[in-house]
Amino acid sequence: MSVLTELAEFLLTRKKLWLIPLLAVFLLFGGLFVLSQGSAVAPFIYTLF
Amino acid sequence: MLVLGISAFYHDSAAAIVRDGHIVAAAQEERFTRKKHDPGFPASAVSYCLAVAGANANDLGAVVFYEKPFLKFERLLETYLAFAPRGFASFRKAMPLWISEKLFQRDLLLHELEAIAPGLGDNAKLRFCEHHYSHAASAYYPSPFQSALVLTMDGVGEWATASAAAGQGNELKIFKEIHFPHSLGLLYSAFTYYTGFKVNSGEYKVMGLAPYGEPKYAKAIFDNLIDVKPDGSFKLNLDYFSFCTGLTMVDERFGAIFGGAARKPSEPLQQRHMDLAASVQAVTEEVVLRMTRSLAAETNLRNLCLAGGVALNCVANGKVLRDGRFDQIFVQPAAGDAGGALGAALAAYYDKERAKGGKRVTDTPDSMQGAFLGPSYTQPEIETRLGAIGAVFKCADDKELIDETANALASGQAVGWHQGRMEFGPRALGNRSILADPRSPTMQKALNLKVKYRESFRPFAPSVLRERVADWFELDADSPYMLLVADVKPARRLAMTAKEKQLFGIEKLNVLRSKIPAVTHIDYSARIQTVHAETNPRFRALISGFEQLTGCPVLVNTSFNVRGEPIVCTPEDAFSCFMGTEIDFLAIGNCILRKNQQNPALAKDHKSAFDPD
Repeated sequence: MSVLTELAEFLLTRKKLWLIPLLAVFLLFGGLFVLSQGSAVAPFIYTLF
Repeated sequence: MLVLGISAFYHDSAAAIVRDGHIVAAAQEERFTRKKHDPGFPASAVSYCLAVAGANANDLGAVVFYEKPFLKFERLLETYLAFAPRGFASFRKAMPLWISEKLFQRDLLLHELEAIAPGLGDNAKLRFCEHHYSHAASAYYPSPFQSALVLTMDGVGEWATASAAAGQGNELKIFKEIHFPHSLGLLYSAFTYYTGFKVNSGEYKVMGLAPYGEPKYAKAIFDNLIDVKPDGSFKLNLDYFSFCTGLTMVDERFGAIFGGAARKPSEPLQQRHMDLAASVQAVTEEVVLRMTRSLAAETNLRNLCLAGGVALNCVANGKVLRDGRFDQIFVQPAAGDAGGALGAALAAYYDKERAKGGKRVTDTPDSMQGAFLGPSYTQPEIETRLGAIGAVFKCADDKELIDETANALASGQAVGWHQGRMEFGPRALGNRSILADPRSPTMQKALNLKVKYRESFRPFAPSVLRERVADWFELDADSPYMLLVADVKPARRLAMTAKEKQLFGIEKLNVLRSKIPAVTHIDYSARIQTVHAETNPRFRALISGFEQLTGCPVLVNTSFNVRGEPIVCTPEDAFSCFMGTEIDFLAIGNCILRKNQQNPALAKDHKSAFDPD
């Protein structure tokens, strides 16, 4: 939960609260991927990490 | 105040520790774990830094991470949104890692720190510094300048891909940035990928390959890929790049401009690849020169500091120096992400100092101590360690060590040279080096193929006594970190025959270009390291000894490793590399080892122990 609070504070500071719905969808999808894959090991993608 | 800096979780993890503005220690994790570009948490490097500083958790004023994960995550989200639905495949790969790990980087860091020492994972002391500010701080604060323009360029940090900052006393302020996806580093990496090399490590190879080609595609790059303004600011044409949404740097539209698909690493290099390398190098130099000229005019600052991965492009650095807009240039030797650990620590220190009205700490020639910031081993320790692994060695006094090593070099032997503190950054600068005679016409090929096990086209760098550099090269400035390129003096060059002038590309490799052919690239250039008594007296004594024997104050200096291997750290690493390659002679501290005296049973297959880079 502390991460979510921190993220919310971050978005507030950055004046990017409009990202919250997007973030919720992404977290939902991402969470599903985590559950379906059972592993967070991903290949190296050049600009993403 | 003691500050620990950390860079991790991307590539080249590292740690650095700073006491009251003085750099105490810095090292890359790969040197300890023996995994090239190790991206993991740098537990060994942190432990090493704390041990050198004699510090425990209570002594630390702050622990600083070199970038801001949430800002990076914001960039990711906005990029996916901007390109949706095209980036779904990439999103699917990236999100699980972010959700399960990267968003929790604060917790992860605290947990890892706590595992090193109780109390070290203190949330109240943990700070995050922006990626490009970390780079800028790593270049400015260790420089000898009281005011300077600081230019950083790399692939991408959080949002920024390049930044310009002004340093004045202990103030450092970024005043301009270029943001993702417009990135000079990523443009260079796109060509690294397209010419068949590994992104994030093969960029050196592209730079080394460039002189074999002609910049035939430079116009096509300017016409199609990058729109550069007179002040050096630029935009990439994203129609030709797939790094925003895909799993590769470029796609087939990129290939359509440059005559085909990307080269596979196993395929042979052709003239076209050399021309591509020459072209992207020419474009990079043009962009960097436009930036530095415009910023010099805008700020009137006469000193320049450089950092970020693009600052490791020593050919471009040399051109900036010769362009004359700046009196002096300082390039952070660990210009890549490893140096971010040092920059983050320095940034946090000066942040506090400014509030107290404290002064900037400077040193001459700079505060990097020759980049010799890593582990060292005492003579008794070296002897014990070598004895334990069955090495046959003799102990020499200082004079004997220099005389015997210089003699070995003059007789054409490849020498392993392991002395003092290990270097911080990607270059071996005379403490973890393989050395050789640059006058030998066969040395470049022999070292590449029999010692380093790497591509034959790759050039070697010269280490030259500082006071003799102008006699051999078209340079009369300090270049202690091997980050400036200049040509061999015309008087030292060898004229080419008419037949040799007809040769193309890689055929030129066998043409002797100068009296020091092993360190003269085919365009007469050399990536020069000037050696100074203040920072490396023993290495200086060795080159002087070699000069007394041969009249030549120059040595071939290449990193002590084979292809894909991190530079050696311990005496055991050095012995293992020595036994697994055709190095003839090894000096570790005051111990001398000769290959023909060793037990052959101790030789292991060193060449295939590491994945090629």
